[in-house]
Amino acid sequence: MQIVLFHLMPYADLDLEAGRKNGTVWVKLPNRHFDPQKGHKLYNRFLDELEYGEKLGFDVVAVNEHHQTAYGLMPSPIVTASALARRTSKVKIAILGSALPLRSHPMMVAEEHAMIDVISGGRLISGFVRGIGAEYHTFGVNPTFSHDRFHEAHDLIVRAWTEEGPFSFRGRHYEVKYVNLWPRPYQKPHPPIWIPSQGSKETIDWASHPDRRYTYLQTFSPAKVVARYLKMYRDTCQGHGYQAKDSQLGWAVPVYVSDTDSNAVKEAKAHFEAFRNVFVKMPLEMLLPPGYTSRESMKNVIKAKAQMFGDVTLEQALELGLFVCGSPATVLKVFKQHWDEMRFGNLLVLCQFATLPADLTRKNMELFAREVMPSLKALG
Amino acid sequence: MKFGDEFITGNGCRTRLRRGGKGRPLLYLHGASGAPVIQPFMEKLAERFDVLVPEHPGYGQSDEPEWLENIHDVAYFYLDLIKKLDLSEILLVGTSMGGWIAMEMAVRDCSRLSQLVLVGSAGIASPDAEVADTFLMAPEDAVRALYHDPKIAESLLAVPPTPEAIDMQLKNRHTTARLAWEPRFHDPHLPKWLHRIDVPVKIVWGEQDRIVPVSFTKEFSRLMPKAEIHIVKNCGHLPPVEKPDEFVAIVCR
Repeated sequence: MQIVLFHLMPYADLDLEAGRKNGTVWVKLPNRHFDPQKGHKLYNRFLDELEYGEKLGFDVVAVNEHHQTAYGLMPSPIVTASALARRTSKVKIAILGSALPLRSHPMMVAEEHAMIDVISGGRLISGFVRGIGAEYHTFGVNPTFSHDRFHEAHDLIVRAWTEEGPFSFRGRHYEVKYVNLWPRPYQKPHPPIWIPSQGSKETIDWASHPDRRYTYLQTFSPAKVVARYLKMYRDTCQGHGYQAKDSQLGWAVPVYVSDTDSNAVKEAKAHFEAFRNVFVKMPLEMLLPPGYTSRESMKNVIKAKAQMFGDVTLEQALELGLFVCGSPATVLKVFKQHWDEMRFGNLLVLCQFATLPADLTRKNMELFAREVMPSLKALG
Repeated sequence: MKFGDEFITGNGCRTRLRRGGKGRPLLYLHGASGAPVIQPFMEKLAERFDVLVPEHPGYGQSDEPEWLENIHDVAYFYLDLIKKLDLSEILLVGTSMGGWIAMEMAVRDCSRLSQLVLVGSAGIASPDAEVADTFLMAPEDAVRALYHDPKIAESLLAVPPTPEAIDMQLKNRHTTARLAWEPRFHDPHLPKWLHRIDVPVKIVWGEQDRIVPVSFTKEFSRLMPKAEIHIVKNCGHLPPVEKPDEFVAIVCR
């Protein structure tokens, strides 16, 4: 199993009361709540944490893209991935992912990812996402064209990485007279592509297609939901006539390890609950603008509204498998059980979440890396 | 007044059309929330006019054609449709997004039109006001924002929506986003060509409109100096629904 240290780089100094009062930390939380002095310290702390991940033996360090939110301070994951490319030497660097439909031109994504791949000597893992619903409100990009733009941007990027230039590309959303990438990516035929998702049949059909076989990551979902979608991915591969490799599956989950179960709960509780009930929270209209998902999925979300949009305690989250927390033995046991059922070849652990401070984050990373990770890597 | 209710096909799109009354044709173009039922103001207008109430492509019970990608597609669709129905001397009435469609039709071809009535119309940007962000509103708040008289909204909200009504709302919202998400409820190129509208234009606005503020009338006056402006007092975004008698009087005047 490949273990990925995943960071969101949240605004950990957030005035939680302001976030709660505003109803969400997305789109319209006034940016006077961001203090650049504190931001300076946080960025450098978080980059240090990811660099420390290499020393601790993680296989991959990962960053992602979010806009106009305290949830994550990486509007451009290119910036953080570039910094990591120069400060690390062995660890792989994953961008999970670039929000293709939100970028005005996919050629920029192709170029920037290729640069990082060349600078790092082929250590880049590329991830592509559509961006979450809230980001269609912040950018003004039409959500009803989100899927079209995603697929077209993807096709352009992969062709730019793999075909000899110059050639012309004519799509409905992007047209380029001369596609001729300098630099070409370091890896052949191109960096691996991972597709993070909150769970969608359409995404699974597309990612698992024999022409692509992209690694599918189920992010921040109850364990049952993770199991259902990973199984759906395997079944879909079967339908395509091939057996999915474990390396095509991944699970992203927040994790907290301490010396004992009760200490772990005590130390993580306030921070996890701030993550789930303040940083993640947003109203339905913000999460799902029209066209972002099918109307059928939207109706299912409306039905589950109370459950999805209500607060969740740490204890409920453990029950649901939304969070893994405890002594090293407990955390190992939980992951082994899930692995027996799901056989995910990639585990993405979020060791810092919401307001979790530097000392607890480091302790968490160290305990996980020393006491849990070796046994997980040995699983296969 | 009894309205016929049938489907006609234009440009491959099966389109629901209600039609009632006698007289000169009056084509009513609905706004973002559609036109699921015949309203009292439509019946009043049908005493004087041959009233046509379609559901736009992508709305209500009409099809969602593949070709529907922007507001211009809707304008061309209706220009084809009035030709197909051989209507002429049309009184074209549009509320909100319907007003936008009416202007997009008229800048292209006024030959079958006799007059435009634009009600709380979208379609152009204003330098000093913005259209409310209905896409971020919870459905109940969006209903409340439509009316000046809170009793109207509360009586509408007292009846829980049927599953069919929810399907329709999601469909209408989807098409509205497709046509009007970005640029938000306007076409930046439209103001350049408004001088091509060579039939009389009436502009009707609820003084307390909380969706498209009444100050938009200033920009409409600047761009269409000959247009008549009618401000309806104690009224929100939908004068035809909230003040039907006053609205019908303005149309007939």
